[in-house]
Amino acid sequence: MYALGNDSSYNYNNDSNFNFIYLVTTVQDIEIPDSAARAAAIEEAQDIQGERMVLNMGPSHPATHGVLRIVLELDGEVITKADPDVGYLHRGDEKIAENMTYTQFIPYTDRLDYLAPLANNVAYALAVEKLLGIHDKLPPRCQYIRVMVAELARISAHLLGLGAFAMDTGAVTVFLLTFTEREKIYNLAEAASGARLTTSYTRIGGVMRDVPPTWCDQIRQFLKEFAVALDEANTLLTRNRIWVDRLRDLAVVSKEMAIDYGLSGPNLRGSGVEFDLRKNQPYLCYKDLDFDMAIGSTGDCYDRYLVRMEEMRQSMRILEQCVNKIPGGAENKSHEPVCVQDGKITMPTKEKVMSSMEELIHQFMLVTEGVNCPPGEIYFGHENPKGELGFYINSKGGGVPYRMKIRSPSFVNLSILGELLPGCMISDVPVVLGSIDFVMGESDR
Amino acid sequence: MSALESANKIKAKFGALIAEPVEFRGEISLKISDAEQIFEVCNFARRQLGFDYLVDISSVDNYGEDPRWTVVYHLRGVASGQELRLKTDVSEEKSELPSVLPVWRTANWHEREIYDMMGIRFSGHPDLRRILMWEGYPYFPLRKDFPLAGKPTDLPGVAFTQISPMEGGPFVTIPSSGDAIGREPRVRTPEE
Repeated sequence: MYALGNDSSYNYNNDSNFNFIYLVTTVQDIEIPDSAARAAAIEEAQDIQGERMVLNMGPSHPATHGVLRIVLELDGEVITKADPDVGYLHRGDEKIAENMTYTQFIPYTDRLDYLAPLANNVAYALAVEKLLGIHDKLPPRCQYIRVMVAELARISAHLLGLGAFAMDTGAVTVFLLTFTEREKIYNLAEAASGARLTTSYTRIGGVMRDVPPTWCDQIRQFLKEFAVALDEANTLLTRNRIWVDRLRDLAVVSKEMAIDYGLSGPNLRGSGVEFDLRKNQPYLCYKDLDFDMAIGSTGDCYDRYLVRMEEMRQSMRILEQCVNKIPGGAENKSHEPVCVQDGKITMPTKEKVMSSMEELIHQFMLVTEGVNCPPGEIYFGHENPKGELGFYINSKGGGVPYRMKIRSPSFVNLSILGELLPGCMISDVPVVLGSIDFVMGESDR
Repeated sequence: MSALESANKIKAKFGALIAEPVEFRGEISLKISDAEQIFEVCNFARRQLGFDYLVDISSVDNYGEDPRWTVVYHLRGVASGQELRLKTDVSEEKSELPSVLPVWRTANWHEREIYDMMGIRFSGHPDLRRILMWEGYPYFPLRKDFPLAGKPTDLPGVAFTQISPMEGGPFVTIPSSGDAIGREPRVRTPEE
């Protein structure tokens, strides 16, 4: 009996570059000289002992990062088929968006990628502003605040992704390290927007309010402490023998596969594709900031992990530059505006509303009818921590979108699981899931 | 090569099938008059023009118009960075168009989601089943005639589906309605 060694169920290391031919002599070789009868006998033997087991890695599972259900077909410990079943967190956001004004929908965007709500807010506000045609005409201070807030969200999401990933593979200390740092980011978010998680910080045309005067100093302090913590996590994991052995050469995604499957964010860059929306299609003030893209070489889990670690360092770099370059300085002594100064887009201040007719009318129209957007359709993709969060807004005019499609990075990233998991063992599943780093709130909307 | 040049190349190749490229906010949209040809157009766009990344497939329900469905493809070329939007209309009686799965494998889940939410079928899709809602769910939730509060279904042991308590809200205007009374925010039923 012989078997071609390229069959992935025998090839635990996914070494698809080698082709071995195993020559195994069994009793059947000697007893049944005719090869056709031998093949039939082998099939019979497999029927008796080689039944595939269907295992449900159910929606409620400590290692599936949220409510993801994967139906695994197993041959012993090795997975032969994997079918991810999403939709357990489907809340109908797109249908809700058709019934709400653009500003009313902002709290729903918080809950998409609930690990980085500030990034979702920025993405959505930019999409609506693109529809209005003002996404490149935002006041500079607003742009800097949005960039800072988006990079803080990126660090926060990568920290949690890393912490949960490490915890699933057994390195529990990293989880506690990263969550201590996330706590500081939550404090920063609370200082800026008033809420730790459901920030709803941006508005169409600007941000909800200016950052407090001490915010930039708090960020500087955070960056100092975070650098230490990141180095500590790096020491614990990056050259850890067990970590490397578990992650190296697992679930390799080639460049072509990554592009074909529509991966985005660190997953795409981990496979070697040099595509980052902040660099390739710059928006806000990313053009003026100096940072590098982290690109992986092989596309295995280890590369994706390294890309995320490096992205956190680059986000730190961006934040350093922003706190030094923010127009108006930390305390905004020159009273730079943080919203577009257009009465039909930005809500006027309460004093003006109570005293002036024009502002009263603007306030009334904006609250009841929403921002009046022109008819047309746009798509805007934003570099979220998980990938490319895109909004396709089809508007027939008025303050309510006719159709809003949320292009969710986690939804698209998960589609590759059906191809990545077969050939892995069950214990590799938490590693693969953690390295893809998805969040179900975004995937299911 | 800019997106407009690519759009013109597609128009040159497919002729009467493609309308004039429309530009809005820096994006180029191309309308394809026959949905059956969408596979050929997408294949040409990928193989010849280098649009190797399918960003998104969306569907729009033009309730009250014929054809009812519009399927929107967002294409991107990774190396060149150019983006293009392809739109095609599908009538309600047919509710089917070819799948572009052989061109980009990411279309798999996007098409399943469109089938799940809108009920548009994709011929040639190997595994067209519901993805966000559960198997056996009888309705297509994103259609305009499906109410926001939901419809009760009878799926014992599988899921809880009753009309969700909306308490009278959300109060919404109709976009771009002519008179102020029409624009008044109040609860809307799907017929409007």
